[in-house]
Amino acid sequence: MSMIKDAVIRNSFDVHAIREQFPILNREVKGRPLIYFDNAATSQKPQVVIDALTDYYSNYNANIHRGIHTLAEEATAAFEKTRDTVKEFINSETREQIVFTSGTTESINLVAYTWGRQNIKEGDEVIISAMEHHSNIVPWQVLCEQKNAKLKVIAVNDDGELLMDEFEKLLSTKTKLVSIVHVSNATGTVNPVKEMIRAAHTVGAVVLVDGAQSSVHLDIDMQQTDCDFFAFSAHKLYGPTGVGVLYGKKNLLESMPVFQGGGEMIKEVSFDKTTFNDLPYKFEAGTPNIAATIAFKTAIDFVNKIGKEKIREHENELLNYATGQLKQISGLKIIGRAKEKTGLVSFVIDKTHPQDIGILLDNRGIAVRTGHHCAQPLMQRFGIPGTVRASFALYNTREEIDELVMGLHKAVKILV
Amino acid sequence: MDDQKTIKEIEEEIVEEFSLFDSWDDRYEYIIDLGKKLQPLDEIYKKEENKVKGCQSTVWLVADEKDGKIFFKAESDAVIVKGLISLLIRVLSGQTADEIINAKLEFIQQIGMTTHLAQTRSNGLLAMVKQMKNYALAYKIKNSTTI
Repeated sequence: MSMIKDAVIRNSFDVHAIREQFPILNREVKGRPLIYFDNAATSQKPQVVIDALTDYYSNYNANIHRGIHTLAEEATAAFEKTRDTVKEFINSETREQIVFTSGTTESINLVAYTWGRQNIKEGDEVIISAMEHHSNIVPWQVLCEQKNAKLKVIAVNDDGELLMDEFEKLLSTKTKLVSIVHVSNATGTVNPVKEMIRAAHTVGAVVLVDGAQSSVHLDIDMQQTDCDFFAFSAHKLYGPTGVGVLYGKKNLLESMPVFQGGGEMIKEVSFDKTTFNDLPYKFEAGTPNIAATIAFKTAIDFVNKIGKEKIREHENELLNYATGQLKQISGLKIIGRAKEKTGLVSFVIDKTHPQDIGILLDNRGIAVRTGHHCAQPLMQRFGIPGTVRASFALYNTREEIDELVMGLHKAVKILV
Repeated sequence: MDDQKTIKEIEEEIVEEFSLFDSWDDRYEYIIDLGKKLQPLDEIYKKEENKVKGCQSTVWLVADEKDGKIFFKAESDAVIVKGLISLLIRVLSGQTADEIINAKLEFIQQIGMTTHLAQTRSNGLLAMVKQMKNYALAYKIKNSTTI
């Protein structure tokens, strides 16, 4: 039964037609066709997204929200259309709760510098997990140090899953914030954020979810999860670099002090007093990355047109296939064996260093990521210097995975 | 060892050795072989002060001076880096401080390994070369003030 279902899905998902839309997939590296398995770092872009950037600069480039001339109106309209698209994409209650930032990292820092500075006091506690990306560790470390607050860390098990009973134990009335990654970029672990949000709310804590990886692979629903803050970037979602989103509950965003001061985020400025703009502009100082924000909508539309579920099915099929093939390599150990996983596979191979594997794979045109993946504490937990990570996207194929496995066999032969 | 060759002579030797290889595969196999053969560093030297930190792999570097020449010993946890270390040591170890400071190390580009000294590789190799030159400079200053 499921074999038929698989066939139907595969037939309705034409990976070759999709690949044709990505010009970079035609290039060669070291004399071989590029095999791009570093999608968790950033995704490749379809022609429509590239065209959207050129189209903007060629035809209607102007500063937004400020001018009354035609170009300014066209640019503003296109920019604001993205806000509406993002609102739908993550099921935000209103469009005013969608704040454009330069990316996930800035979104998290925005919360730390505004909500954090305003609400975290001495003796308060902030909970993060042992699998966080540095961007969801460092801002909280800095804040806790400044405020004399405590940073608590939820431990993970050997499979790279959060120890939920540990989390429950850490929660207390002292907890003001839980900041948690939805999908780990190092292990692919999917965390049960809905349950965690519910638990955190019972002690009156606010929850920020790092959606950098999850926004690509999973369905995102702010209202359904009751999420307080959600951060993600365009560039992992087949969109351009330089733009991302902070979603926040309206009452939270309204109560937060301003982040960066400047143009756009003000109502009136005088040397006696300055008043600040309404949401979301209150948090959007200066001229944004207009082109990238406009092309961001194109990327989301591209994803929606194919269908997130179809993409997910394809990626999960690749993940299962890759996992099965990799397990057959002698000495290979998969890092991150959570029951709920998506998008990537991280591994180490006995008697080899990840960097050596990465270099030899690059010699065969295969792009993987090696190292600690900006998650040094997690690597320390597993007692390893780093891993080799292959992360998948909608344009990857089984044949590419076969090449990866062959490349690994060859690499191990030379190295060991 | 017989007469110490100049840096230039050694670099030319290495470039010639590498010219025998046609493919990337062969070149890397040779470098990996060099890496495997690199004399391991005594454990006592593997401490923080000798660590040259890279983002992805670690390099330990030890420098010593004898009769006006500087000698290096190094190791890494990544084998390709070890191979490149062995080439760098072959070129720079046993030379004078001035020669080390002024070495341009063009052979690296000539054997197609420039990316390994690039920032993005973050493998400690670039930092190691800088550190080797720093040691040379330090010895030079130390010796010029003790006259």
